[in-house]
Amino acid sequence: MIEVVDISKSFDGKQILKNVSARFETGKTNLIIGQSGSGKTVLMKSVVGLLRPDSGQILYDGRDTLRMDAKQIKALRQEIGMLFQGSALFDSETVLGNVMFPLVMFGSMSREEMKERAMFCIERVNLVGAENKYPSEISGGMQKRVAIARAIALNPKYLFCDEPNSGLDPKTSIVIDELLSDITHEYNITTVINTHDMNSVLGIGENIVFLNKGHREWVGDKKKIFTTANEALNEFVFATRLFQEVKDHIVASARPMD
Amino acid sequence: MILNKWLANTGKYCMFLGRTFSLPERWGVFGQRFVAEVSKLGVDSIPLVIIISLFIGAVIAIQMQLNMSSPLMPAYTVGLATRDIVLLEFSNSILCLILAGKVGSNIASEIGTMRVTEQIDALEIMGVNSCNYLVLPKILAFLFFMPILVIFCMGTAFIGGLLVAIFTDLISVARYTYGLQALFQEWYVWYGLIKSFFFAFIIASVASYFGYYVKGGALEVGKASTDSVVTSSILILLFDVILTKLLLQ
Repeated sequence: MIEVVDISKSFDGKQILKNVSARFETGKTNLIIGQSGSGKTVLMKSVVGLLRPDSGQILYDGRDTLRMDAKQIKALRQEIGMLFQGSALFDSETVLGNVMFPLVMFGSMSREEMKERAMFCIERVNLVGAENKYPSEISGGMQKRVAIARAIALNPKYLFCDEPNSGLDPKTSIVIDELLSDITHEYNITTVINTHDMNSVLGIGENIVFLNKGHREWVGDKKKIFTTANEALNEFVFATRLFQEVKDHIVASARPMD
Repeated sequence: MILNKWLANTGKYCMFLGRTFSLPERWGVFGQRFVAEVSKLGVDSIPLVIIISLFIGAVIAIQMQLNMSSPLMPAYTVGLATRDIVLLEFSNSILCLILAGKVGSNIASEIGTMRVTEQIDALEIMGVNSCNYLVLPKILAFLFFMPILVIFCMGTAFIGGLLVAIFTDLISVARYTYGLQALFQEWYVWYGLIKSFFFAFIIASVASYFGYYVKGGALEVGKASTDSVVTSSILILLFDVILTKLLLQ
């Protein structure tokens, strides 16, 4: 479990995060949602350690990352997997090379065992046959799956995903969402997903944190989101007519989401 | 204001070098990257070095002959002057200014693109020291291969002058080759190699620094690449003066 306690962050005097507290639970898909500029990316970058908050605490299973020395942070980072918005695959490496990378850098296995583990991860994301291709030779959805395979190669305890569905068609987005949800439950990891995608929110949102103008505005799950009275959240989630109609239909039939 | 910015950048550059010059995580991985960088930054530069040196060597020989046709000067002056110009300045300073364009822009744009596509963030999240992993093999590979490029440059430039002697009637081959050997000072070769070592470090480290701290997108990567070439060139010229004063006086 990851706990964020009262963190604040400013850039050039402008406060982006204002005393945000949140809890990301183990074995659940935790979503951070909010409008552009609400502080989602800053929150995620602070949690993973790419930015240092001005104040507050970030606790990974009780371990305060802001009080760790460089050695402890390095050890913690090997427990973290991250999927970036643009996949961030290494252009000069093949799919297999990308997935093997963390194993080569930090694993203590033989070359054969590393390859076996990498192939297992590639198989897990349904990419068998693409292992010798370069990132430029595969589609955006496949790149995301390679990035997921690379992120889980070292059996992480914590998985972070920054806009995993950006730039993908709806069908591929569902594949990625299901994959992230399956991996979270299968390996019992703490998954934190930063997203705008309402299909993801309503599909895999087991624990949702809504940020608005740097504040944590609401916390709940995909069932509670239909009945919330929070005005800002309603405006954000049900901004489109389609989602508004879905909400009206579900509320009218009093049928909670599965 | 400018002084503050200069001091801040110098401090940032020193801290960047501090992170770069640490022990690699895995020596095997470092070795593979070192060999790849030697091939990319060094071996791939050989054709450019040969072409430029051949032509410049020929031009220097022609100009020497045309400008020094005095009965007071010994006939071997053309070979001697060509040799000293090549050894003292062309094979190191001028060559490095040219390589600052080719190798420097390559390094800055490669690392800059990795920065804007979050590949460097991905390395950091994994716990990899990205400066050490990306930059150290480049700097060491370029330092390792630079003397070879300089020697290639010297040899090819002399051949360029020789071709002028062979294919024109400006100077005889015998006089040119005699001039190349006359009053030879071995120290000039060492001087050229020592200077090129400093310049190689400037090119690789400055280009890596500009690429590493890019913020933005493709436009900024292009700007970082240009800035790295300009800064490296200025630093090469500055160190050329300092090293010449220190090594030749």
